[in-house]
Amino acid sequence: MVKLNILLALILITSALGVVTSQHKARSLFAALENEHEIARQLDVKWGQLQLEQSTLAMHGRIEQIARIKLNMKAPSVSRVQIVTPGHPVDAGGNSVVERVP
Amino acid sequence: MTHYSAANITMSAWRSRFLLAMLLLGLLGLVGRAAYLQGMKNDFLRQEGESRYSRIVETSVNRGMITDRHGEVLAISTPVASVCANPRELAASSEQLENLAVLLKMDVTEIQKRIADKRREFVYLKRRVLPESADSVANMNMPGVFLKNEFQRFYPAKEMAAHVLGLTDIDDQGQEGVEREWQEKLASGLGKRRVIRDRKGRIVEDVEKIQALRQGQDLILSLDSGIQHLAHSGLKHAVEVHKAEAGSIVVLDAQTGEVLALSNLPVYNPNRRATINDANRRNRALVDTFEPGSTLKPFAIAAAMEVGQVNPDTIVQTAPGTFKVGRATIRDVKDKGKLSVAQVIQESSNIGTAKIALSLPAQTLWEIFSRSGFGVPAGIGFPGEAKGELRPYNTWRPIEQATMSYGHGISVSLLQLARAYTLFTTGGELKPVSLLKQNVPVMGQQVISRSTALAMSNMLELVTQPGGTAPLAQVNGYRVAGKTGTAHKLVNGRYASDRYISSFVGYAPVSNPRLIIAVMLDEPSAGQYFGGAVAAPVFSRVMTGALRMLNVPHDAPANNIVRFPATPEVEIGG
Repeated sequence: MVKLNILLALILITSALGVVTSQHKARSLFAALENEHEIARQLDVKWGQLQLEQSTLAMHGRIEQIARIKLNMKAPSVSRVQIVTPGHPVDAGGNSVVERVP
Repeated sequence: MTHYSAANITMSAWRSRFLLAMLLLGLLGLVGRAAYLQGMKNDFLRQEGESRYSRIVETSVNRGMITDRHGEVLAISTPVASVCANPRELAASSEQLENLAVLLKMDVTEIQKRIADKRREFVYLKRRVLPESADSVANMNMPGVFLKNEFQRFYPAKEMAAHVLGLTDIDDQGQEGVEREWQEKLASGLGKRRVIRDRKGRIVEDVEKIQALRQGQDLILSLDSGIQHLAHSGLKHAVEVHKAEAGSIVVLDAQTGEVLALSNLPVYNPNRRATINDANRRNRALVDTFEPGSTLKPFAIAAAMEVGQVNPDTIVQTAPGTFKVGRATIRDVKDKGKLSVAQVIQESSNIGTAKIALSLPAQTLWEIFSRSGFGVPAGIGFPGEAKGELRPYNTWRPIEQATMSYGHGISVSLLQLARAYTLFTTGGELKPVSLLKQNVPVMGQQVISRSTALAMSNMLELVTQPGGTAPLAQVNGYRVAGKTGTAHKLVNGRYASDRYISSFVGYAPVSNPRLIIAVMLDEPSAGQYFGGAVAAPVFSRVMTGALRMLNVPHDAPANNIVRFPATPEVEIGG
């Protein structure tokens, strides 16, 4: 009887220690999770700022201005545009290849 | 060995009783105290205990983004810090306050005024400061001064899409435009939860959620920022060249009714709120109405074609250039003689349109206007959207029926006008308009028959051809159809003889319409005022760019532009 009681007491102590350890582990894991959440939030903020920066830099008005003024580009006039329809390939000179076939 | 007698160890009875009583009293005291603490002060003590380790943590997320149909950002929130103070706790020397004032670029007296009321626990010193100044403030470590994270809304497109997007106020609540209409969806809510912190301040356990965090949803608009840019800059150019008071442009997808671009001038920069005033905050294309003039003629004539009254080849006598209805006289710019119905549209004859309109019962005409969306809000879901004015047909006098057929005595918004033209681009259907991207095909309402719509489309194409009023609306490589409008402006209920509203509504490519563009200029005052001279070039410019951007296949040879003098439009109606 006494032996059984001692055994039960030992099991009780082990289980109590187990509870303490797992609680501790759970808490540190939770703290780590919170930490990751915080990092995710910060990255989200960063992403938002980068989005803002990108859209500010890529605004059509700005691109058009740079293309026109700095790079001296212009939209091709219609006479310089060759429309390619499917099934009618053109050569490098823009002439229809199909028409050239004798 | 000392020997004690029994008498020696006998204590007096009162001493032991006294001791026993004392012990019991002590026990009673302890039990009483324990009961008091457990019973009466339990809540207070529990709270005190919890406050040693449990905390309420707040999390905030940003308001949802607004993007165009391709995902380009049009409005986005990013965190900024606001400097706040607790006047109760604030203990700062005047020197420290000076420093703070310099950092925040504020007047030191202003700061002193804000913190003067010591009963308050929270005042803003300055909202939304630059990140660098926020860091410096944090480094000053002044008791009672702290930073609060808030979000600021940025609009990268600046004034380009300002009217559509609208604004939020300083507390991130939508005030105007899309920001207001879709506030519920965009708004984010503060999350609150109770947690347990350990000795190092780390959160180790979630206890309860007090308030769920609400993530603001992103909103995808139907706008195409490329076309929006084209439309805005095209309009701006025209408003400057023609010295107009104001102007609006609407670009619709001709098949789905989605708004691809919408712009008004004057406009403000939403990132600089100081520039906003009553004149530039109006989204004129949606909330203002005007008398459209001749751009309404196709609807009156379509009504007559629908009931079989006329066909495109029916001849209408417009001589001698004036036409009396009751006591009023309707005029054309000159005597055009006999015109076919197609020519009435092409040359924009008021007399021709009025005669056709008068041959119809008022109800027929009213029905086509009403079913084309005039007199009811376009239903785009926008605060303050105008419905225009279309009076019930049983109150019409003959002269009113005549003038209404060429767009006078009726008022519409530019968006309604653009939308009504979906009749001619979809084979007779009126499509709903939308500011949100549509992922499924939208159903319209059949207003006129397919054959009438196609016949009208052919007539509208003549407007940009020799003999028409809008040669400048032509687009290289595409067939274009449309209608000009020039109307005297209504000033205090009377038509002003020297102020005009010039407009053009058109679409392309005619063989398979993709875009509808409606342009309106208010009081062009640099000499020219005909819709064909003022508004049509904007249409052509924007349409050329937009069709190229959308890679729309050509439906005309590349050298299809024919230059010829425009047929002059009439004084009233045009």
